[in-house]
Amino acid sequence: MMEAVASLNHYLILSAVLFSIGVIGVVTRRNAIVIYMSIEVMLNAVNLTFIAFSNHLNDMGGQVFTFMVMAVAAAEAAVGLAIIIALFRNKNTVDVDEVNLLKG
Amino acid sequence: MQLLIFYIFGFIAVFAAVSVVLARKPVMSALYLILNMLALAAIYVQLNAHLIAALQVIVYAGAIVVLALFVIMLLNLREKQGIVSYHRTAVQAIGIIIVAFVMTSLASAVNSGGLPAAGPESAEFGTVVGVAKVLFTNYLLPFEIASVLLLAAIVGAVILSKSKV
Repeated sequence: MMEAVASLNHYLILSAVLFSIGVIGVVTRRNAIVIYMSIEVMLNAVNLTFIAFSNHLNDMGGQVFTFMVMAVAAAEAAVGLAIIIALFRNKNTVDVDEVNLLKG
Repeated sequence: MQLLIFYIFGFIAVFAAVSVVLARKPVMSALYLILNMLALAAIYVQLNAHLIAALQVIVYAGAIVVLALFVIMLLNLREKQGIVSYHRTAVQAIGIIIVAFVMTSLASAVNSGGLPAAGPESAEFGTVVGVAKVLFTNYLLPFEIASVLLLAAIVGAVILSKSKV
């Protein structure tokens, strides 16, 4: 009979699953806003890894790094959504298949 | 009991993440993203990260996703024929496989040992007092640099959203 406590591996595998789902979203979806939200899922998976290790090692540094990831996510939200709005204003679409300005 | 709670919220988090990717409408994606973040906040509480769990709900679910919802509302997107991009399908598949392999091998590598020894337990672990003590002593410089990063992001967002780019 296994002990009824979730181990570090449980959390790491959950984080791995969430990160992989986020990657699938980023590489397969066409809507730029959905791609942005998939990136948020990936950031959350990384946060879960930080917190799981922080709890396992009794080291509060992991929680501070999660704090920093949240600051970066806020910055990313502001700039990324501004880029999406600028894109929509210029091309009238947020479909990443139709945006190929850098293709030459 | 703890394992049961982990499985419940872990399942909710995975279900919500899958729904974010599969949902046909971006609004539904954003709502499922909020569900995903709330489930993760519950798991953070389980891991004694109480302050981070509160910040997860306030900052992520409360501010960042609402910002995304505002943008979805402003853009008035029309329905497209199909949500999946068919550019370079092989590259996409290989990328997904590599990422899944790397992430699961990370989990299995932990089993084989090599982690540093756990530090002493403290009664303040994960509380506002505990996190603040570490944040404002050992990590003071990164904290200040984060404020500069946020200032730069604000300036960048203002410049990008001017009418003439």
